[in-house]
Amino acid sequence: MTVARATRVQREGSPWTGLWAVVAKEMADHLSSTRMHILEALIALTAIGTVYSAASAIRSVASLEPKFLFLKLFTVAQEPFPSFVDFLGFLVPLIAIALAFDAVNSEFNQHTLARVLSQPIYRDALLMGKFLAGLFTQFVIYAAIWLLIFGLGVIQLGVPPTGEEVGRALWLLVATVFYGGVWMAVALLFSVRFRQPATAALASIALWLFFTVFWGMIATSMASLIAPIRVGLPEELLAQARWQLALRRVAPGQLYAEILVALLRPEVRSLSIVLPFQLEGAILGQPLPLSQSVLLIWPHLTGLIAATLVLFALAYILFQRQEVRA
Amino acid sequence: MAKKDAVIETRDLTKVYNGLVAVDRLNLRVYEGEVYGLLGPNGSGKTTTILMLLGLTEPTAGSVQVVGWDPRRYPLRVKAQVGYIPDRVGFYDDLTAWENLMYTAKLNGIPRREAYRRVDEALAWVGLSEVAHRPVRTFSRGMRQRLGVADVLIKRPRVIIMDEPTQGLDPESAREFLDLIRTLKKEGKTILLASHLLHQVQAVCDRVGLFHKGKKALEGTVEELGREVLGTSHYVIVEVEPDARHLVEPLRGLKYVQDVEVLDDRTLWVKSLRDVRPEVATAVVQHGSRLLRLDVELPSLDDIYTHYFQTAAEGVS
Repeated sequence: MTVARATRVQREGSPWTGLWAVVAKEMADHLSSTRMHILEALIALTAIGTVYSAASAIRSVASLEPKFLFLKLFTVAQEPFPSFVDFLGFLVPLIAIALAFDAVNSEFNQHTLARVLSQPIYRDALLMGKFLAGLFTQFVIYAAIWLLIFGLGVIQLGVPPTGEEVGRALWLLVATVFYGGVWMAVALLFSVRFRQPATAALASIALWLFFTVFWGMIATSMASLIAPIRVGLPEELLAQARWQLALRRVAPGQLYAEILVALLRPEVRSLSIVLPFQLEGAILGQPLPLSQSVLLIWPHLTGLIAATLVLFALAYILFQRQEVRA
Repeated sequence: MAKKDAVIETRDLTKVYNGLVAVDRLNLRVYEGEVYGLLGPNGSGKTTTILMLLGLTEPTAGSVQVVGWDPRRYPLRVKAQVGYIPDRVGFYDDLTAWENLMYTAKLNGIPRREAYRRVDEALAWVGLSEVAHRPVRTFSRGMRQRLGVADVLIKRPRVIIMDEPTQGLDPESAREFLDLIRTLKKEGKTILLASHLLHQVQAVCDRVGLFHKGKKALEGTVEELGREVLGTSHYVIVEVEPDARHLVEPLRGLKYVQDVEVLDDRTLWVKSLRDVRPEVATAVVQHGSRLLRLDVELPSLDDIYTHYFQTAAEGVS
């Protein structure tokens, strides 16, 4: 039997029809689900605890360093509490994975996919809607936490934040949403790939653990393989350090950590290796203006956004090719 | 019957999955206002056909037109007018029936106020108004299936496609569901029904198409299929006094009668191409017997189906 290939046909109608209906429904689900309530409570408690202890630490030294008190709320750690940003590094991926690991496979398992796709929408709208809803939900959660921290700060420190501090906090918010976006896209990809939500969740967490725990070690050993130190020349040491940093930056967590440093500590002037001669004439300890700090994190931020988009695109392609019938 | 416009029309529709032919050069025409049954064992290509009609799966070859549009090129227009109740229809368990239907309304771009009205109407229509605000988690299989009907009614479709709608329902729910289908037909909807539960399909379908290995093997009304496959379209049952045996020969001689079988001393079974009850009655009286019972039965789709697939299997071996 010969079967003539059907010619590819251009589809008519916008792929975004129904997108906002999906976004609204998914956001309502996220914001009312028990899973998210638990995580929200967790992050709120973390924020309150760390900020409270940071504030008391700051008050004792505030007269010595009166600058950027609100940013210190994020970074100052007082025993036994780590700082809030230390927590963010793993709470954000956790929230992001929780938002997306069952996005598509639960539709299969509940037999809702065929019914929803038989409505006058394209698949694009469904996946995009789920993704956007996740990003918006993260934005809402973090914005609430940021406001909570600032509110606590005003009460505890007794001074209002400066415009510069608010600006830095807003950039941090954007970076946090996209750091979450990377992990959400990973979870979404696995939710398309694996039919069992538990498998998708575990795969996402495994990947995250790999990057947080093992990637640093792997980067170090790979750097010494690629650029070995034979005689101990400074050039060799420098080359290896550069390789090591470049490899480490493959991990989203590393990029995010560097963003945190640059935004929350204005006196940081570079995120790369700085040689002594490059510091000639610099007045150390002077803070950079916000625009310069943003310039510093720009490659990191675009890196996170690009990773989010690439991973989402993979999930998208996989989803488009999937058959509707289970 | 005057032929109305075809709402669903396929020409040489073919789907190949990884080298396996799921649907093989299917030519299907379903007319406005009729209930058409797609029959066939599992894996005979019914669901694949449906998915192609909705533009949810790309055909490998051939052409499709549904409500006048090609679902490959205009899937949104097709899906706006065609309601689909999938096999084991699912809803979001944590949402209420009302919320689930509102989501459907929003996906269809129906304005909020109109949506409220349609959702309430649809829930009332299937008799689920009382439980509208209960989570779907608490619903029985039959209630979910009825919610599936409410769900497609939201968009006021011209065509409703149902995949195995009565599978897994208890007899009472299944009967209720078939009543719903009849009411939908009265309201002028065109319905395409895929099933392997024959007696149920027989009860509601105007025409049926018998699927076998991706091909449409037979098509027509149940009566026509009976004539084609079994060579018989009516069974007349005659009960007489005092003895029926002497009537066998005279009845065999009647026009349209193909065979007469003796069931017991007083009962005969007449296979014929028409409803021959008047002729049989006359013959019984002429031969001096007393007529106790006279009944006609159409051959069940089950008989046709079993017979067809037996023959098909023998043909292969």
